[in-house]
Order: sequence, then C-alpha cells, then structure tokens
Amino acid sequence: MSETSVIHDIGYQRYEGPRLGRGAVIGALVVHGLRVAFGLGRSAKAKIFPWLVFGIVTGVAVIVGAVRAQADIVILDYVQFADTMSWLIILFVAIVAPELVSRDMRSGVLPLYFSRPLRAADYIGAKFAALVAAVWLLLGVPQLVMFLIAAFTTDDGMRGVWHEVGDLLPAWAYSALWAVLFAAISLLIASLTGKRAFAAGAVVAVFLMTTPVFGVLQTLPSQNAQHLAGLASPMMLISGVGLWLLPDTNPGWSVGRFGPVYGIEAVALIVCCLLLLLARYRKVASL
Amino acid sequence: MLAFPTLCLVTLIVTQALTKTYGGRVTALADLSVTVEPGVIGLVGANGAGKSTFLKIMLGLIEPTDGSVRVLGLDPTVEPDKVRSRVGYMPENESLPPDVSAAEFVTHMGRISGLPRTAARERASEALRHVGLYEERYRQIGGYSTGMKQRAKLAQALVHDPDLLLLDEPTNGLDPAGRDAMLALVHRIGAEFGISVVVCSHLLGEVERICDSLVAIEGGRLLRSGSMSAMTEASDVLAVEVSEGAPELAAALEALGLPVRHEGRMLLVPLESEEAYDQILRAVAELDLPLHRLDQRRHRVAELFTPKETADV
Repeated sequence: MSETSVIHDIGYQRYEGPRLGRGAVIGALVVHGLRVAFGLGRSAKAKIFPWLVFGIVTGVAVIVGAVRAQADIVILDYVQFADTMSWLIILFVAIVAPELVSRDMRSGVLPLYFSRPLRAADYIGAKFAALVAAVWLLLGVPQLVMFLIAAFTTDDGMRGVWHEVGDLLPAWAYSALWAVLFAAISLLIASLTGKRAFAAGAVVAVFLMTTPVFGVLQTLPSQNAQHLAGLASPMMLISGVGLWLLPDTNPGWSVGRFGPVYGIEAVALIVCCLLLLLARYRKVASL
Repeated sequence: MLAFPTLCLVTLIVTQALTKTYGGRVTALADLSVTVEPGVIGLVGANGAGKSTFLKIMLGLIEPTDGSVRVLGLDPTVEPDKVRSRVGYMPENESLPPDVSAAEFVTHMGRISGLPRTAARERASEALRHVGLYEERYRQIGGYSTGMKQRAKLAQALVHDPDLLLLDEPTNGLDPAGRDAMLALVHRIGAEFGISVVVCSHLLGEVERICDSLVAIEGGRLLRSGSMSAMTEASDVLAVEVSEGAPELAAALEALGLPVRHEGRMLLVPLESEEAYDQILRAVAELDLPLHRLDQRRHRVAELFTPKETADV
C-alpha cells in the first residue's frame, strides 16, 4: 500500500483475532434461540405472545402463593401447578418451536449455517436446548415465585423453608421433564414445514387430538386399561411419570403398577423425536 | 505465524478424477481433474453442469463418489470444519430472513463462524460497508431490493474473513447496472482484499472480465481450465468489412505477411503489433475500397471454447 493512500485508507482489514470453537458457536446459537423464544431483540409484536403467557403463568403462581399464605388453602402444589399450566405450555411451544426452526427453513438460511463449522447435530442440539430452557423458565420461574411467597410467610422458620425446598426441587425436575418432552415433540413437528402457522397448528393438534384418546381409554372397565390410558397422550404420559416418581401428587387418576412403563415410554419418545430430527437435518444440511 | 506464508503457497483447489453420481444414474461430476491457483476464478457452465455440486463438495457438504479434492491444502471430506472456517459461501437461492436487520443477521452469522461477540459486530459493520450497505444496515432485510439482498449475502460470506469465497451465481436476478456493480465488487475482493474467489456463472462473458483464471465445465466434465492471460494471449483481432473487393484486400494483407481469416463478409486480422493496424488501414486506402466497418475486438474467451465444445457434442 502506498504512503499517500494511508490517510484515506478504509481498505479491507484481515481478522487476526481469536476464532472460537464449536462449543462457543453452539453456545451462541442457544442464546440466540432463547432470545428468539422470548422475542428479545425483535419487534414489539414478537414479544407480545411469549410475555403474555409468561405473565399469566406468573400471575397464577402469585395468586396460588398468596391464597396459601393468607388463607392456608393449597389450591395447587408445585407439581400440580406444572400440570395445570400444560395448555399454556402447549400454546407456548406451538408458537415458539416454529419460530426456532420453521423460520430458518422458510427463509433458506440453513445453507448459510451448514456451510460453517456447524453440524446438523449441533444445530438441533442448540435449538433443543434453547426451547427446553425457555419452557423450563416458563414453569420454573413461577414455581420459584410460589416458593418465595411460601418461604417468606412460613410459620415454621427455617424448617418450613427447608420443607418448601424439598417440595420445589422435585417440581423443578418435573418441569424439566415437561420441557424436554414438549420441546422434542414440537421441534420435530415444526421442522417438517417452513410455514409457521401450519407448524403451530400441527403442534397444537398433536397434543389436542391425543387427549380425548386418554379420556376414552379412562372410561374402559378394565383397570389395567385405565392405568395404561396415559400412554396415549404426551401430556398424560408426563403426568404418569410424575405419579410414578412423585407418589404424593394426586391428579385424580392412577398409573397403578405401570409407572416404569411410563418412564420408558417418555425416554423412548424423547430419544425417538431427537433421532428423527437429526435424520431430518442430516438431509437438509447436505442440500 | 511462521507457518502462514507456506500455507499461502498451497494451491487453492486441486481435484483428482473427482466424480459424483447420484444413485449410480445421474452424473453430476465426472472425472474432474483441475488445479486452481489463488486469484479470482470463474467457474463457468450451463445450468446443471455441476457447478453447485462442485461447490458443495468443496465445502464438505456432500461426499464425492470417487476421486479426491483439496481446498486450501485441506481435504473437505476429512476436515470439513477446518475448510469451512476458512471459506465463505454465498448460495444461489434466497437465503436471508426477512424480519431482521442486515447488521443483526451478519453479526449472528459472524458468531456462528466462531467470532467473539464484539469482533462479530465490528466485522459485520465492516463487511456491510465493503459491500456498500453501510447506510442501510439497520433496515430489515425484507425491505431490500434484489441487489441489496445479494450484497447482504456477500457480506455474510465475508464476515469471518475467509481465505476463499465461493459465490454461486452472485449476479442472479440483477439488472445490468447491478451486475456490473456486483462484478466490480467481486473483482475488488480478489484484487484488493487478498481473498481468492470462485465465481460460478452460466454467463461466460460476465465473469471473463473479472477473472484471473477460468474453469469451464459441461455435463460434469471439465471443458477447459487455465489462466485468462494464457487464454487470451495474442488474441486481439481487427475485424475489417468492406462492401466490395474483399478478396483483393485479403490478398494484399497476406502479401504483407498478415494471416487473414474470413468470417462472413468480414476479414479478421490478428493485431500482433502496433504497425499491423496502420498496415491494414493503408492497404484499404491504397486499394481505395469502401470501408464499412473497422472493429478492434478482444478475442472473447467464448470463442476459445467454441471449437472444443462443438467437437464434444
């Protein structure tokens, strides 16, 4: 470069700084997905829905907590809270999962991702982690609110607080189970189409259609059939795993001695969804 | 740092009998052996000639059926991550989300390429400035014109400072002015930024202006490859058209030692020296022939391909 051009030099600069590995790239993609889930860094329109859901869920938690503190009536315990909020969660994943994967498919941005040091599994993993985290926050934060209200109004001092912690932690794990299963199913459905509205409809439909099946099976005279009815619906499946692992909960039905079956199906369903997702994106990535 | 200069000396792209068939029936690439030196390289061929397949093999996105390929001295089938981190890819199709700004999108792509947060933001601004979108960088991409979208696509390929850019039909859908601007930009990237560029195009006339070397493929087979200077050497031609007396003129010129070719009613005379031009003019004047046309034209690379192309068919 000549001496005289230096003053006006706005020429190209090579990048000499650090280049981060795949771990950091996946991390960046997870954070990006989490921001997308809650509409952060996007238009006000994109924020309305997630924050509305978040507001409702937290509002319910505050009411439940307050009623318990004032009147000593337990409307919902931590675990029941997660069950009761399930329809809102379905709405949430139905909107957010297409936002995470259908958008990328629609806008044709995937070749730009996969021409970088990013594998199909990394992409799936990051999107999955982001959605799991978003759903878990949606349940876990209100549960924490309930806990805080209970902890500050307890009459038993430290012992009461410890008791609440003992209730909260399994409930957080239970919320994580909700998050993992719902994220896996909804991402798989959403990855099949680039149209967000279709994807959202399909996610709601899958959860909606399977619930009546549970209702019908529950009316069968056989007790085994009643105990196994929950396997037909993802929502009841989680509920069943809850019944098996957290026996104090009482959602009004029972899994009898079939608890492990629920556990196995839940794990199998999650693994299956993720493998199908991976297969789908292996194909997409090579296009 | 010491190892870097030697890396620069590595041949840009080498393929050996590269073949890609789909299901044993459709042949996308057949026995392609080519060696490409750094610079701006035109990859020319009709639609479906195998250009995009070649790019995807170089990115390690698809595996070749047979043969070998090395990009920047690395094998993309073995070390795709290493190759991809040094290569920028601009696909042919629409590939931008409409509802984010170019600045945000290119920054995100920078992070996906492994740049730290601040560096990604800085490099995104820089890349957008170089492609001429600095003023519009905070506007949503959905509101961009086709030309601006192509530039944004180029910016995302440039954000991580690659050593090699693979551009798949960068002038697609652009009007003539947009084409010229895009080609000038590509040329500048090759000449001033020190980044090698492979430009795919189905229009030979378009890329020949900006390329240092050319690779032409047809039906997945190598038609020809070489540097532009070798291809266009001594290829300036003067086309003379006289309304009568063409045979006399041809005879006169041949007497002067100038080889004459007939093309329709025109005589094509190679311009090997400055004097040749004067000699031709003088010959026309001496014979007092009615001169219709006098065209100095650079021998188009297309003409170099023509004979072989027809022989192949």
